[in-house]
Amino acid sequence: MIAFWLLAILSVVSALVVILHRSPVYCALALVNTLFLIAAMFVMLDAHLVAFLQVIVYAGAIMVLFLFVIMLLSAGDEVRLEGRGGLRLAATLTVAALAFELGALVVAKRGENVALPASFGSTEALAERLFTRHVLPFEITSLLLMVAVVGAVVLARRKA
Amino acid sequence: MDLLIIFTKCLVALLLVLQVGILLLWVERKGSALIQDRVGANRANLFGGILPFNLGIVNTLMADPLKLFTKEDIVPEGADHFLHWLAPFLALFPLFLTFAVIPFGDVLEVGGRTINLQAVDLNVGILFVLALVSMGVYGVVLGGWASNSRYALLGGIRGSAQMISYEIAMGLALVAVVLTFGTLDLQQIVRAQGQLMWGVIPAWGVFYQPLALVILFIAGMAESKRAPFDLPEAESELIAGFFTEYSGSKQSVFMLADFVEVAIVAALVTTLFFGGWQVPWLQRDGFHFPGGLSLALPSLLVTLLQVLSFLLKLFLFCWLQILIRWSLPRLRYDQLMNLGWKRLLPIALVNVAISAVLALALQGWTVR
Repeated sequence: MIAFWLLAILSVVSALVVILHRSPVYCALALVNTLFLIAAMFVMLDAHLVAFLQVIVYAGAIMVLFLFVIMLLSAGDEVRLEGRGGLRLAATLTVAALAFELGALVVAKRGENVALPASFGSTEALAERLFTRHVLPFEITSLLLMVAVVGAVVLARRKA
Repeated sequence: MDLLIIFTKCLVALLLVLQVGILLLWVERKGSALIQDRVGANRANLFGGILPFNLGIVNTLMADPLKLFTKEDIVPEGADHFLHWLAPFLALFPLFLTFAVIPFGDVLEVGGRTINLQAVDLNVGILFVLALVSMGVYGVVLGGWASNSRYALLGGIRGSAQMISYEIAMGLALVAVVLTFGTLDLQQIVRAQGQLMWGVIPAWGVFYQPLALVILFIAGMAESKRAPFDLPEAESELIAGFFTEYSGSKQSVFMLADFVEVAIVAALVTTLFFGGWQVPWLQRDGFHFPGGLSLALPSLLVTLLQVLSFLLKLFLFCWLQILIRWSLPRLRYDQLMNLGWKRLLPIALVNVAISAVLALALQGWTVR
């Protein structure tokens, strides 16, 4: 319980650094830290596979590419933009909707205890689910990523 | 008592990786001299050369770190102090943790207890190693960025591109290995390699996944950023690449991280492809040679032989990497990217596909 609260507080603080710090490099590093802390929470939930995949894919690969781009552009400290009332309204509404959704979920599922199967979080159990029951969403996601890759190549070619 | 055992195991794993790393420092200096027909480090001798044999190793191991740690620590002007300080630790710390899941022996039977000779028994050991190795890149990237120097920045950018590229081939090689053994647990993988093929040859991973071995070894060497893959460091063009602006103890931490990475690649290759701590035909109760000859041995001796076998293989593959590092010229940057993306990646993909088909079609092909 103590570990959970420690991780929770630390990850929220680290997430705040992501959006509040002025230097893009520090923002990216704080995001890496946040992803790490969330992976630690996955470990506490017995989901070892998800935890390590999160570290390998997000913290180890995607964020390195983020840093790579930031360094290549050698971006300085950000300049705060004021105004843009419409954007601000839209952001507020989105956050409010998300908060409502999360709150509703917590209220609805409160006090519900679900017994976990012994194989919960194991690689076999997860793979079984992923490749049988959820195979269609899985394949559609891969297709989506493929489209993104092809799109990036097309855009890069057109520029060059 | 249990806590004490766990603590001791973690300490052993940590000391093992530290000792191997520092020892490699000496092997590199003397070994490179051997390869280049020089004498090498010869000024450090104990007792002024009275002894008939040279105890230089002791002195080199003491003198080198002492010299490095007493040097002035310089932080360049305009550098980001916090990140400049943090980067060496980010390079070294994840690598230290990696050895926690590498099994260095089977079990130790002492006083009615059976101790698993692996610091942490994790059922997703391979992923743990991959995750931590992928973390090592932050040290390189941040070291390059925080130094406020063009050379360092170029080295850092090269480093991040190189390590990401080769990580993919490395991961795919590991997927093929996992298909063969059907588990992500490193201790179980080593145990499975104790079986025999046709009752004669030990069922080591190298006989099932020769291609994966080659890919993993090349990708691992690229991850450790040493010649022929030392583009991020590139002495002849970038001074010292990402750690150009580092001196004293921080620079030595980067150097140690390189050697620890060499040790990790060697440990991975040993564990996955060459039976880890397995000695051919040695079972828990002694040798059982093909042909019916047996030799009973006490349990403690068997454990000792197995740990020695692991260390021997570990040092063999460390030496092989040093040999390659001092024999081959450096790749050009485009050659490096071509090798990673156009050679290793497609070969690794084909290897995974073939392995998957074989694992499905031939029930006896996998090692469980």
